[in-house]
Order: sequence, then structure tokens, then C-alpha cells
Amino acid sequence: MSFTTVVFYILSAILLLAAFRVITAKNPVHAALFLVLSFFTASGLWMLLESEFLAISLVLVYVGAVMVLFLFVVMMLDIDIEKLREGFWKNFPLAGTIAIIMAGEMALILGSPEAGLHTYPARAPLSADFSNVRELGVLMYTRYMYATELASVVLLLAIVAAIALTQRQRKDSKAMNVSEQVAVRAVDRVRIVKMAAAPVDTAATDEDQPQA
Amino acid sequence: MLTLTHFLVLAAILFAISVLGIFLNRKNIIVLLMSIELMLLAVNCNFIAFSHYLSDTAGQIFVFFILTVAAAESAIGLAILVVLFRNLRTINVEDLGSLKG
Repeated sequence: MSFTTVVFYILSAILLLAAFRVITAKNPVHAALFLVLSFFTASGLWMLLESEFLAISLVLVYVGAVMVLFLFVVMMLDIDIEKLREGFWKNFPLAGTIAIIMAGEMALILGSPEAGLHTYPARAPLSADFSNVRELGVLMYTRYMYATELASVVLLLAIVAAIALTQRQRKDSKAMNVSEQVAVRAVDRVRIVKMAAAPVDTAATDEDQPQA
Repeated sequence: MLTLTHFLVLAAILFAISVLGIFLNRKNIIVLLMSIELMLLAVNCNFIAFSHYLSDTAGQIFVFFILTVAAAESAIGLAILVVLFRNLRTINVEDLGSLKG
């Protein structure tokens, strides 16, 4: 058994255990932290497959941004976990059987000699000065330029949607509402009252303002 | 000696675990979103394994775009979740029947 094989088995064991804990953890915060562990381990596996850029961006984008977002949301919500876990173990036998059958079928197909997947030769390790980032960058900005632009639009859309969904109007906001200001009519603002002129009682006025 | 089968079987087991997670946590939207992230991770592992063993970089480009879309998806999903909790005070999937679908 070579060194990379040992590393592969250790990393996959950690990955599968962490993934299992994600779905069975009682506390959503623990689930999020185990998800961080599984992403981190998967990035190690990708490193083993010589895709360094994606391995590092998985850690930066997922562990650094998405998982922190998850943790924020989990901690912000005040939820009754016990109520959400009703029927968890009731479903377990059926769901576990289905999952095991699914994994077994896929393993059977992928591992069978007829599939021919084992005939793909392991690639010789790339030389030390080979740059995965350079190779991906050249492809992304030439052949997949259009798709890259679309991806940036998708990210912009996500920003706008997330802000528009969660933003609330502040009650003490002093911002002007221009359309309301333009639409105002004089009738709404000034009320002209007609009343009969009454003679001014001079004695009362003198009483109100005593002489100094 | 590591072969393509090793990585594909690993991704298959990971995918099955996340399907199990969706079955088990049917009421908890947060764990459902986490299970979807795990599924995407399994798919990405497949892409990268094929990209490595076929010496074709296009698979890695695909993974890059999947990561982009998945990040956007989880950001919007969590925003919807926050608005939902603000309005209904619950994230139980069974209480979300106002659309009568």
C-alpha cells in the first residue's frame, strides 16, 4: 500500500464519519461544524487528485463564507430542536435500508470489471512547476469566457436577492419619499376656515398682559 | 494503487448518506440545506476524479461553476429561511402549507 492510498483511506473515513454526523447531530450548530470538517477533508482528497485551485477555493468559499453564513443563521433562529426531530428514528430503518441499497448498487456497478473503470491508468504525477491555477485560468478566460460572465451575473443576483429578501424598512427612518412629496395637494396641507369677526375685548387683553 | 473506482465509490457512499439525511430530517430545513450541500460535494468529487483520470481540465471548470451556483443557492435559501422564520416563527416543513401545493 502506497502512501497516497493510506492517505486516501484515512481521509475518506473521516469524510464519511463527518457526513454521517452532519445528518444525525442533534444540535444544528454541531451539524454545521461537522459539515465544515467534511468540506475540509474533501478538499484534502481533491488535493490528492492534483486540483489545488479547487481544493483551496473549497476551503475559502465554503468553510470561509457559506458555512459561516450557516452558523450565523442557525444561531440567529430560536428553534425547538426536539419538535423538529419528531419521527427521526421512526424513519431510520426504511431510510437506512434505501441508502444502503443505493450505495450498494452504485458500488456494484462502478466496481464491476465490465465497467472498465479500473483500466484507466493512474496519471503520472505532474511536475513540481506545473501550475493548476494557470491552466484553469487560461481555460476560464478563453474557452469558458461566456460561462464565467454568467457565473458572475448569478453571484450578483444572489447578492441582490439576499439583500432584498431580508431588508426591512426602519420605522425611525428619516428618508424622504419623493413620490409622496410630489403627489401632495394644497387641499391636504392648508385648511382655510371662515369665521365671523368678533370685536376684541380690550379689558380682557389688558388683564392678560399686566403692566410692567 | 488508487483507481478511479475508489473515488467514485466514495462519492456514491457520500451521496447515499446525504439522501439518508434528507429522509431523516424531513422537518428541519437547515439540515435539509446541509444535506443538499453534501450531495453537491459528492457530485463535485466525481467531476474532479474523472478530470484527473481522463487528464481533462474541463471537469474542474465544471466544479468551479457548480461551486458558484451552490454558493448563490445557499445564500438565497438562507435568506428565505430568515424571512420565513421572521414571519411564521417556525422552520418546521410541516407548517409551511400556505401555498396549498
